[in-house]
Amino acid sequence: MALTLNEEQQLLSDSAKDFFSKSMPVSLLRELRDNDNELGYSESHWKEMIELGWGGIVVPEAFGGLDFGYQGLGVVLEEAGRTLAASPLFTTCVLGGASLALAGSEQQKSELLPLIVSGELLFALAIEESATHGPKRTKTSAIKIDKGYRITGDKTFVLDGHIANKLVVVTRTSGEAGSEEGLTLFLVDRDSSGIEITQRKMVDSRNASDISFRDVEVSSSEMLGTLDQGYSVLDNVLSIAQICYASEMLGSMQEAFERTVEYIKTRVQFDVPLGSFQVLQHRAAKMYVEIDLCKSIVIAALSALDDDANANELGQHASLVKAKVTETFNLVSSEAIQMHGGIGMTDEEEIGFFLKRARVAEHTLGDIRYHQNRYGDLIGI
Amino acid sequence: MDKKEEFRKDVRAWLGDNCPPSLCDKGVEFSAGLSLKHRNGDSKIWLERMAAKGWTAPTWPTQYGGGGLSFAENAILLKELRRINAPIPLAGMGLVMIGPTLLELGTEEQKQCHLPKITSGEVSWCQGYSEPNAGSDLANLQTKAEDKGDHFLINGSKIWTSGAMHADWMFCLVRTDFNVQKQKGISFVLFPMTDPGVTRKPIKLISGDSLFCQVFFDDVKAKKEDLVGKLNQGWTVGKRLLEFERSSIGSGSIGIGSSVGVNLVDIAQRYRGDDEGKIEDPLLRNQVVQHEMNSRSFNASTQRLMAELKTGKTPGFATSVMKYYSSEMTQKKSEMMVSILGQNGLGREGDEFNTQELAITKRWLFDKAFTIAGGSSEVQLNIIAKRILDLPV
Ligand SMILES: Cc1cc2nc3c(=O)[nH]c(=O)nc-3n(C[C@H](O)[C@H](O)[C@H](O)COP(=O)(O)OP(=O)(O)OC[C@H]3O[C@@H](n4cnc5c(N)ncnc54)[C@H](O)[C@@H]3O)c2cc1C
Repeated sequence: MALTLNEEQQLLSDSAKDFFSKSMPVSLLRELRDNDNELGYSESHWKEMIELGWGGIVVPEAFGGLDFGYQGLGVVLEEAGRTLAASPLFTTCVLGGASLALAGSEQQKSELLPLIVSGELLFALAIEESATHGPKRTKTSAIKIDKGYRITGDKTFVLDGHIANKLVVVTRTSGEAGSEEGLTLFLVDRDSSGIEITQRKMVDSRNASDISFRDVEVSSSEMLGTLDQGYSVLDNVLSIAQICYASEMLGSMQEAFERTVEYIKTRVQFDVPLGSFQVLQHRAAKMYVEIDLCKSIVIAALSALDDDANANELGQHASLVKAKVTETFNLVSSEAIQMHGGIGMTDEEEIGFFLKRARVAEHTLGDIRYHQNRYGDLIGI
Repeated sequence: MDKKEEFRKDVRAWLGDNCPPSLCDKGVEFSAGLSLKHRNGDSKIWLERMAAKGWTAPTWPTQYGGGGLSFAENAILLKELRRINAPIPLAGMGLVMIGPTLLELGTEEQKQCHLPKITSGEVSWCQGYSEPNAGSDLANLQTKAEDKGDHFLINGSKIWTSGAMHADWMFCLVRTDFNVQKQKGISFVLFPMTDPGVTRKPIKLISGDSLFCQVFFDDVKAKKEDLVGKLNQGWTVGKRLLEFERSSIGSGSIGIGSSVGVNLVDIAQRYRGDDEGKIEDPLLRNQVVQHEMNSRSFNASTQRLMAELKTGKTPGFATSVMKYYSSEMTQKKSEMMVSILGQNGLGREGDEFNTQELAITKRWLFDKAFTIAGGSSEVQLNIIAKRILDLPV
């Protein structure tokens, strides 16, 4: 287990910090929002990220990637989180990349992974069917027909669903909703007939879509992994995704916290800086302690990914980080508004973006309750 | 086989030959900080063997009775001890507080004189910091030390001195100058508790035990060679020692930082679980899960801190973070345990309650001390706010 960054990872972290703070500051997200940008991300900046090689950080060299590991990807996501940078990095490289890497056949991998590295293909994972995370509850059906399968169902809150070219769709090929058995993953082109995509405008100004599938036909060769046995792979993909997503949240909450501490140092009331009041000092110190723990569990979880920990271990890491990081980000973002006072309530001040991001992030890939329950199951109580 | 594996193999073999099996599997129980007088049988043998090997203080240099192990080797040793559930042979303020302080700031003579007696368990130490009017505001201490040529003459009183009843020596903060800013007139001295001028008066705690004393000094002598650091610069030495104290409370290595021997999950499953160990009450289950998550997070932080130390960083104010979190967490845990037991968790004494229940009750009362001793939680938050976050005074 490596709980500190090595020299190469530190360099990557520094260059990511440099890139996001200079090229993709929070004001870029505001601009995308105010212009009602249809894509919800900036294509030119995504291109730059690809040129920096970030599309291939966790992709094996054999498929054109850097094979640099999840700790590497984690530091980039963390820095992206600091400026709330909107890009397909998470959906394409983590959700798409991990689905392919874990479930894909050699042919699917050699065909598609290089296109992730080159940024030519964008991915999305069509999994949720309600407003809360629940992979086992999948109802979207895939029924066997001559040439392959016919998919029917409604997916919702699909991250980057409206910009992806390839959808990884979680379907039920047998069994009842609620059961682990009978889930199967398919790769579906967004242009397939029977697909309808409706964009949702989320409060954090990032992208999510509802996608309806009506008798969408896919050939058997588009199956990702094994028929009816998709859950175990999906569970691992989700663990990876939750850990990576938490890295990004970690960056956002540190930024919100640092901005708040800076603010109370400079804002003067009663002839002294606000930060000299002990009640605010102690609240800030408690946040610092929680953030410090979050840093430790995120780096431990990323390191477990690179060490190929087993599924139960990964699940524990993933639920631990998603629950704790969510809790802390919620705390920090709420305190951030409170300590900024009236100015924190204005759209002009950027701190509000962090509050909104925190709550959307809370419900993405499982909220606190979901992960506390999952953790309890995994440790057997 | 690489070097690490070889070391692990040697350690395992040695422990197999030398650790008395009668001591293992009793839960992780520290034979906390008592001097040799209180030892007998296997626990004496265990201490003597470990001390001879230098493994009561594994990372200290061998010339002072330590084991000369690297961080990595020490981690292996600790892992192997845990594997067979062996008790830590020796704990106490000598090993975790004054020892590390002397190693860093003591003179060569002080190291040679005091350290080997700590590692052998021959001498136990107590901490003379707090006074009736100097608690959180420690620098306000008034115990007076006068320069008498080859020694200091000490008069005054210390309070809440843990383990003073059985301690052989005291490390003590005394005032050597009354005419300067309060931090600048303090010195750090060592003296034996057998000095005829020392009187100890035990104080009973809310748990019913009596673990600390008020100590009175009437013309007590401390030798000049037992002044640690320079005259009137004891505050710096004293603060450094507090960092060692905090990190030991934080990591549980002093023996009071961890709720010894009882595990929350076990208790919850035994008292509130079904046959498969599932805790049916969803609220309780959730509380237990949250504690387990916090505890795991804290362990990850401890490991990260260790990893950073290996890269050459010093612990410094991070010890306040660890001390604050672990004491708050331990306290919540013991509250939860008592609550799980219901009325059975609230017995004072008697056979109607089983020994574990009574132990959990005592533990709960004792654990209230963690957020007070070693610098209260509020004081730790002050340190984090001012020293780490650089918030204005
Ligand atoms: C079990 C136990 C063992 C101990 N062992 C030893 C020992 O071996 N040697 C030794 O020297 N001492 C020992 N102590 C003493 C301990 O260090 C002191 O109790 C501690 O420093 C607090 O001082 P006090 O008790 O005078 O409380 P006070 O300083 O009077 O504090 C009372 C309350 O006020 C709060 N408070 C104080 N100042 C501030 C501030 N600036 N801002 C906000 N809140 C504040 C405190 O946090 C606390 O909640 C021990 C204490 C306990 C409980």
